[in-house]
Amino acid sequence: MTWNKSSHQGNFGFPIGPGAHGMIGRGQKAKDTRAAMRRVGVYLKRQQIRLMAVVFLLGATTGFALLGPFLMGRAIDEYFIIGNLKGLARISLLMLLVSVITALTTWLQTSVMAGVAQRVVRDIRNDLFAKVHTLPLRFIDRHPHGELMSRLSNDVENISVILNESVTQLIAGVLALIGVTVTMLCLNLRLAIVSLFTIPLMVFLTRWISTHTLEGFRDQQQRLGVLNSFIEETVTGERVVKAYGREQDMLEDFERLNRNLQAAAGKAQIYALILGPLTNLVNNLGFAAVAGAGGWMAVKGLATIGTIASFLSYSQQFGRPLNQVAHLYNAVQSALAGAERVFEITDEKSEPADAPDAPLLQKVRGEVIFNKVWFGYRKDTPVIQGFTMQAKPGQTLALVGPTGAGKTTIVNLLMRFYDIDSGKITIDGQDIRNLQKASLRRQLGIVLQDTFLISDSVMENIRYGKLNANDQEVIAAAELANADQFIRRLPKGYHTILSERGGNLSQGQRQLLAIARAILADPGILILDEATSSVDTRTEIHIQQALLRLMQGRTCFVIAHRLSTIRNADQILVINGGRIIEQGNHQNLLALRGFYCRLYMSQFKGHRDFSLPVIDNGNYS
Amino acid sequence: MGSLRKLIRFLQPYWKLILLSPLLMLVEVAMDLVQPRLMQRIVDVGIARLHMAVVVRTGLLMVGLALVGFLGGAGNTVFAVEVSQGFGADLRRELFRKVQSLSFGNLDDLGTGQLVTRLTNDVTQVQESVLIMLRILVRAPLMLTGSIFMAVITSPKLSFLLLILGPLVVMVLAWAFKRANPLFTGVQSRLDRLNTVMQENLAGIRLIRAFVRKDHEIHRFGEVNDNLMDQTIRAVRTLAVVMPFMMLALNLGIVGVIWFGGLQVMKGTLKAGQIMAFVNYILHMLFSLIMVSMLLIRVSRAEASAGRIMEILNKEPEVTDRPDAVDIFSPRGKVVFEHVCFNYNGNSQGLRDINFTVEPGQTVAIIGATGSGKSSLVHLLPRFYDATEGRVMIDGVDVRDIKQESLRKHISITLQEAILFSGTIRENICYGRPEATEEEIIEAARAAQAHEFITEFPAGYDTVLGERGINLSGGQKQRLALARAIITKPSILILDDSTSAVDIETEANIHDALIKFIKGCTCFIITQRLGTVLRADKILVLDNGTVTNEGTHQELLILSPIYREIYESQLGNGANFV
Repeated sequence: MTWNKSSHQGNFGFPIGPGAHGMIGRGQKAKDTRAAMRRVGVYLKRQQIRLMAVVFLLGATTGFALLGPFLMGRAIDEYFIIGNLKGLARISLLMLLVSVITALTTWLQTSVMAGVAQRVVRDIRNDLFAKVHTLPLRFIDRHPHGELMSRLSNDVENISVILNESVTQLIAGVLALIGVTVTMLCLNLRLAIVSLFTIPLMVFLTRWISTHTLEGFRDQQQRLGVLNSFIEETVTGERVVKAYGREQDMLEDFERLNRNLQAAAGKAQIYALILGPLTNLVNNLGFAAVAGAGGWMAVKGLATIGTIASFLSYSQQFGRPLNQVAHLYNAVQSALAGAERVFEITDEKSEPADAPDAPLLQKVRGEVIFNKVWFGYRKDTPVIQGFTMQAKPGQTLALVGPTGAGKTTIVNLLMRFYDIDSGKITIDGQDIRNLQKASLRRQLGIVLQDTFLISDSVMENIRYGKLNANDQEVIAAAELANADQFIRRLPKGYHTILSERGGNLSQGQRQLLAIARAILADPGILILDEATSSVDTRTEIHIQQALLRLMQGRTCFVIAHRLSTIRNADQILVINGGRIIEQGNHQNLLALRGFYCRLYMSQFKGHRDFSLPVIDNGNYS
Repeated sequence: MGSLRKLIRFLQPYWKLILLSPLLMLVEVAMDLVQPRLMQRIVDVGIARLHMAVVVRTGLLMVGLALVGFLGGAGNTVFAVEVSQGFGADLRRELFRKVQSLSFGNLDDLGTGQLVTRLTNDVTQVQESVLIMLRILVRAPLMLTGSIFMAVITSPKLSFLLLILGPLVVMVLAWAFKRANPLFTGVQSRLDRLNTVMQENLAGIRLIRAFVRKDHEIHRFGEVNDNLMDQTIRAVRTLAVVMPFMMLALNLGIVGVIWFGGLQVMKGTLKAGQIMAFVNYILHMLFSLIMVSMLLIRVSRAEASAGRIMEILNKEPEVTDRPDAVDIFSPRGKVVFEHVCFNYNGNSQGLRDINFTVEPGQTVAIIGATGSGKSSLVHLLPRFYDATEGRVMIDGVDVRDIKQESLRKHISITLQEAILFSGTIRENICYGRPEATEEEIIEAARAAQAHEFITEFPAGYDTVLGERGINLSGGQKQRLALARAIITKPSILILDDSTSAVDIETEANIHDALIKFIKGCTCFIITQRLGTVLRADKILVLDNGTVTNEGTHQELLILSPIYREIYESQLGNGANFV
């Protein structure tokens, strides 16, 4: 087959999803082909029975397909020339039967294989997805989501395409090769040798060319990668390019990279594609050899016309699988490289599991103690340094400090998104590291700055806080959160489907939903990350009210930005450089005239009319 | 194939090669087709009459012609690659140029993610299909018609078989593709759904862990995944009919040839070699048909890509220079908005009847709730968008009469999202002024309060940013973007909420330093922070797309209920403290 060698990206044939997406600019060859194959093999093994059926059907298909030309040869030799009409009828019927059976087994085999391939891919996806949920956040935070996504979708997709098409073609190709060789050898040894010379020739040519193509493709991939990142970056930053009037420069840079790629790709492709005419040549040479040598042998009485006819059919039909094997090689390689990237994730270390005897955290009173806690995202640079504090049940603690001071980290530690390096965090006197993680998190409610919404109805989004809540409970929570009003104004009320990431709601509305969700979850301890982005005044008041309701009777940690929250807090922890540098309530801290005071006043610095009364009163209501 | 056809103009520069390459393919095909005929001669003349010389001569001729065919095929390959690569590169350049010429409104419509896919994936798809068309889609039909022609010549009596088989094959193919198409569309939509769930799970991983919803999510994913699997299996199985059926049809043809041909051989009206050649031509037909059907799918995928590409190429930039547009030279920076209205497909917030004047060197703070139109207002100055009614004037000249390039040279704007490019910190700061000196760079960085953290990096200003370099925090990015904006020493500076991720103390320092650095420059500041507002010479209060009031802090406290509300809510209730 002379198509598709172009395609380092792989598949031709039926579109099983967006096969080619995102496969640009990535490594094409697996580092350890065998290991990757073995890993896919494990999944294939689960489909053992189906797979056995496929192999059996493939064998049958190949066998019957081999029978066709053989029968044709016999028909020519034994019936045409002698003129045996009955025999001809018999053999024609036999051939008819063989054709029908071949078609049937081919169809069955393809259908069964589709099931195998899709099941394998589904299993890989499920495993991968479950794996992601056990990965430490450290891993997920460090990897761009785009990259993880491309492994989860494109690379897996690529495996599916290969399984669907290439694997069976490969097996069929190999089976056919063996079958043809054996049949030919049995039919006529000498003619077989003449005819089979094409195999080593083909192998040799493919090898010779692939050393060249490999190099060429590597070069092409590299330049393609450079060009694509340039495109991605420029287009993403297009508004900046325009704001600074750099369009022409960008175009020139682009054109340079573009032509670079064109040169490299042209070279690589020519090497790769020349394989097409070359295999065609080898086929024709094989054909000529059988015809010529066969003719010579026939004249000498060493071969019959029927044998030659069979051989010609064989060389034509089965020279093709041979080429296929050569071409599929690239596609399979690229898919295996994808598989390798997939399994890299599977091999990542999961979060340490809970100890088998780890106790459940029951309904908490809400006493939280940090005792000399040290922690760093990287071992050598501690972010939290000997952090100590105590929250009594029902207290509200405001965490205040400049960006990067470690406020979010404290939340991460309390939730056990990350585990501390040394020291101790206790809730109601129990070390949180000894508790079952899930039970700990169930007691901790969290309302983050960036509200996460799933693409489902408003109802389901709120219900996320408590999956077994009924509709009444959900609506009650929404009412408490001041969200009911705006929800009812949505086109379909509670059944409005939110677009991905809640794009059709305003920032403030999304926050109200998050609050409703937390109210429904009813946690013993609440963690709140106040939004910095602005919300219009009326929504702001709604949010304030809802938050107050939510916070009532719970121990609350608030990463605070609003003055009102800070002033109303029982304790303000001023954090800088991973330590608490000042602690107390608003009045005390202002009186200290320290960091907090400075932070507080810098907001109004530079405007005399305004800053004076602040210092004099120290307080407004 | 409508959209693909529209891209044909990109093939024009290569017309010589495009004419040549099918001709070369024709050579290859002709040589392939002649082989069975020669074989027939070996059988019917050489073997039948025991004529060794004919066998040898014909055999050698077959080898020779095979070599000629190879030359044709190789030439076709080389030219086809040249054409497709050139075509792809030209198309990419054209697209990129187009993107550079589009205005903000176009970019809003298209979406940057979309644009990137189109420039990369879609171009590759189309480029590959050009390659396929020049090779396989030339080869397969030539081969098909060629082998039919040769079959008929070889044995007219047997050709009636083709008349039965041909329509049958075509009908089944048409049926299968018609059924499979919607099925594959279904696969695509389920795949999209699967990706959405995955994306959500990655983005919301903290929340999922906080609410302990792992099992719920795994279950949800499992359902979507099963859905996708079922649909894919259904689609693949529908197409699975095609291949066996074509094989069956052709095999039936061969059986027919053996039977009817056999009868004729017995009558002596046909020779064995003719039958063999005929069978060979049938095989050629089979393979051509398989090729065509598979590649059509490929090309139809490219058709979708071509459509997406055309969509960009057809876009007209919304903001263009007038033919008589002028350059401006060091404007003083007086800005006047006169009855300005702006409407943009409901995408950005509209503006209604905006009127105000800013004297050179004044600082104007713009406040208002999210969505009140603050960004839209300042975007009219550098003509990111054009006003739909009224006019925006700089030093008395309507901005629409000024060349965009010239205008933007004198207006610097920091956008809400601080976007930096990969490269060094230095390159990023000098982005708008590549010729800036070392002193100027440091001076700008100092004013933006960035010098300190830059020099803390081991490589200082030569620190590489981006994928292979270090990642900056949001506040650091904003400060670099600020340095980039002020190093051009603009006449008008616009800061669109550009210090939101910087802490208060640093922000105050920035504003102190800015005053000195950009002395005499007219300055627009969009901000949420009252501290910054209080420094301005003039405050514009925006609500729902109109300027409800303008004045100083003191004036507005009395005049503007909205301002008072914001002021009080911030101070009494929810001031953004840190």
